[in-house]
Amino acid sequence: MTEQLHGLYVRDLRVSFDGFTAVDGVSLDVAPGDIRFLIGPNGAGKTTLVDAVTGLVRATGSVRFGDRELLGRPVHRISRLGVGRTFQTSTVFEELTVLQNLDIAAGARRGWATLLRRRHGTPDEVAEALEIIGLASRADQLAGTLAHGQKQWLEIGMLLVQDARLLLLDEPVAGMSHEERDATGQLLEKVSRDRTVVVIEHDMDFLRRFARTVTVLHAGKVLSEGTVAQVQADPRVQEVYLGHPVDAGTAPTPTEA
Amino acid sequence: MTVLIGQLFTGVSIGAVLLLIALGLALTFGQMGVINMAHGEFIMAGAYTTYVLQQTISAAGWSLLVALPVAFVVAGAMGVLLEFLLIRRLYARPLDTLLVTWGVSLILQQLARDIFGSPNVQTRAPDLLTGNIALPGGITVANNRLFILALAASAVVALTVALRVTPLGRRIRAVVQNRDLAAVSGIATARVDRMTFFIGSGLAGIAGVALTLLGPIGPTMGTNLIIDAFLVVVVGGIGQLKGTVIVAFALGVLQASGEYLTTLSVAKVMVFIAIVAFLQWRPQGMFTLRTRSLA
Amino acid sequence: MTTVARDPVTAADPEPPPTKPAAGPSRHRFRAAVGFAFGAALLFAVAPLMLSDFRLSLLAKYLCVAMVAVGIGLAWGRGGMLALGQGVFFGLGGYAMAMHLKLADAGPGNMPDFMLLYGQLDELPLWWRPFASPWFALPATVLLPMAVAFVLGSLVFRRRVRGAYFAILSQALAAAMVILLIGQQGTTGGTNGLTDIQGFFGYDLDDPVNQRMVYFIIAGTLLALLALTRHLMQSRYGELLVAVRDSEERVRFLGYDPATVKLVAYVVAAGMAGLAGALFVPAVGIISPALIGIVPSIEFVIGVAIGGRATLLGPVLGAVAVAWARTALSERFPGTWTYLQGLLFVVVVAFLPGGLASLIGLARRRDREPADADPPAGLFARLRRRREAA
Repeated sequence: MTEQLHGLYVRDLRVSFDGFTAVDGVSLDVAPGDIRFLIGPNGAGKTTLVDAVTGLVRATGSVRFGDRELLGRPVHRISRLGVGRTFQTSTVFEELTVLQNLDIAAGARRGWATLLRRRHGTPDEVAEALEIIGLASRADQLAGTLAHGQKQWLEIGMLLVQDARLLLLDEPVAGMSHEERDATGQLLEKVSRDRTVVVIEHDMDFLRRFARTVTVLHAGKVLSEGTVAQVQADPRVQEVYLGHPVDAGTAPTPTEA
Repeated sequence: MTVLIGQLFTGVSIGAVLLLIALGLALTFGQMGVINMAHGEFIMAGAYTTYVLQQTISAAGWSLLVALPVAFVVAGAMGVLLEFLLIRRLYARPLDTLLVTWGVSLILQQLARDIFGSPNVQTRAPDLLTGNIALPGGITVANNRLFILALAASAVVALTVALRVTPLGRRIRAVVQNRDLAAVSGIATARVDRMTFFIGSGLAGIAGVALTLLGPIGPTMGTNLIIDAFLVVVVGGIGQLKGTVIVAFALGVLQASGEYLTTLSVAKVMVFIAIVAFLQWRPQGMFTLRTRSLA
Repeated sequence: MTTVARDPVTAADPEPPPTKPAAGPSRHRFRAAVGFAFGAALLFAVAPLMLSDFRLSLLAKYLCVAMVAVGIGLAWGRGGMLALGQGVFFGLGGYAMAMHLKLADAGPGNMPDFMLLYGQLDELPLWWRPFASPWFALPATVLLPMAVAFVLGSLVFRRRVRGAYFAILSQALAAAMVILLIGQQGTTGGTNGLTDIQGFFGYDLDDPVNQRMVYFIIAGTLLALLALTRHLMQSRYGELLVAVRDSEERVRFLGYDPATVKLVAYVVAAGMAGLAGALFVPAVGIISPALIGIVPSIEFVIGVAIGGRATLLGPVLGAVAVAWARTALSERFPGTWTYLQGLLFVVVVAFLPGGLASLIGLARRRDREPADADPPAGLFARLRRRREAA
């Protein structure tokens, strides 16, 4: 890969809806090539943060990917700067085949001359992605007929061919079996060699195995940040997850939220 | 100055008719996302109800008074029937609902032709509503238009009160804001939908009664009104009645002043351009309930 | 991207079902060529030989409606834009053509007959003048509708006005245009429209031979538009358009601007409607507000719905069938036709949203892949499960 790795730098990000502040002055840095997990209770502002980074909601502050400011750009421009995301509910184009889904994802930079012609064969990057996500044998199947986990992989595959340099994944392993989770985690590790990955996830087991760094959000603010061990040891995190301050008498237990 | 105020009043009374029609549409579109093209034929049903009642009760004043509740029930019942037979099967397909209800509206128009004949019919207005009231400053206001304005105002007040105070109103608002949550909270959304359709369609019937005061009654009288009323809903935004009220009167006044300055036809085009321009500024309409869903 | 030694997903999914051998592009192309040859033979040989002059001119009229339907199939079936105001574009094309033909009939320097009749004008209005030249009028029949669609489309799609909102707006445009045409009677012919068109670029339209020529032009144009649409549907753009229809936001996150994607289909559909309107004028000899308002605009859609909105040929066959049924029934039983039309709308859209084409698709799927059918679901499976549970 010729393109170099970039980090994500968020400064004093604020998002409010009709007076309710969903993200309240978040600053965080994700180093190039990191696998950062965002966790926090419901309503902490995780998805809204990703929405703001990808241009879906309006925000104030600053979000830079590498040296480019993202805020203020429309969604499709941000995407073309190499920022890709998935959604909580997997959204693939159900009436198109797996191959067509990937081909579309690969094509945002194509000119009209290419768009107006028929696709012949399988583009190299699409074939490669089909192998990586293990759907090569299902390339001509309608995406709507895939199993739940396969749809989520297809989405990740779409990010790969899209050549996203920053992957924002919203609960990528929700509803997956244990084996599927492992496979997804390994895929993320592989992908992070030349990409920066941010994952929103509730699954603590998955987090312990694959997170390199963790940011805990609570009520729109950053509560804690660091490695998995550091975050788990943070009494403020335990308070948020367990609902009471951990006094000196009780032994600090690892969070199992 | 007098001309200006007179024109303003014309605009307000156009707005009142639009409002009566659009209230019902805003209710059903807001709650179910359903575009009911047959709403125009419910107006027609209300108008023909007035006509039939006048054939039986010859005193124009009484027949008009009786027509108001009867037309409400007749049009409302038609709405419920439509909802029950077709629309509830199509909730996830709003555009298809539009086409299906267009088909229903064709059938209803032909039914009206077969029952009442193709030529327009006319009702007699009660004496009380045929004259004008002279206001200070040389302004005259037609009684029938004043009556329609009062009718629209009472409809808005009644609907607002009903939505705020009654248990049904609370359920309707709950379903508008979050259908799934309302359903799991134990609200029988299907029954609420049917009641909403009854009220919304019933209001179209009332609008039909009002229209008998302004002109002849014909099988296709609804078609031309329905699009303007839908524009009111589109521009007003859904989920709140105040948008519908403001926009109905704004469009009425815009139409009337455009007509005064140029011609009817140019005014129509001006209104259309104004609406597209407005949507550049607020594509979701004037007021809207904001949700987080990706839609 | 680095290649992966172990395939993580198949590890979890040991048994992918065998994929069907996909029909290669060459086979597709062969079938399409045969189809087009068949269509051309039908339109250019069979129909002119079998049909009387009168019936052939009716067919010419239906084929114009079919052209509009092809565009609607692209914009609505593939792009999800329910264009309820295609009559506007049909009308723009029709009026542009009719204005030119009226001026040509009147002769250089003269005013069209209806203007003299109303006697309100001393000279030709300024905006009529360019239409005297065929070099202006002919391109205008297509470019004018496309320009209007471009302006409206870029305004509304960019602001993400879509679905029912877009349908209502497009319909309101049709309403406004008709009212404008009727209101400007002195220069547009008002309710009557532009009628009594005699000649078509020097050919007398009363002559049946020339009427046949017009029919051939229309048939050829329809075939060309079908070829164009087929290409668009099968291109990468066509796949993208379906993606936009099904999830506009997702496409945005892939780096495309869905507004542009939709705009192209809408503008192309408008151009087709304009061309159809332009050819309708010599075939029928009239263009009027009654042919382009709300009701005809929605009637364009019904043929598409009946034939199959997302298919190539469905809209054409649906449009021709509906137009034919209307002629056959509406003269003798006008009321019955209206009931039937309403019922068709209700039954087809509510219960057969894929149109008649989906019936063919279903039948074909059934006899082609019985082995690939779903695992036993429904009654038998439930019975078996109950038996096992007992």
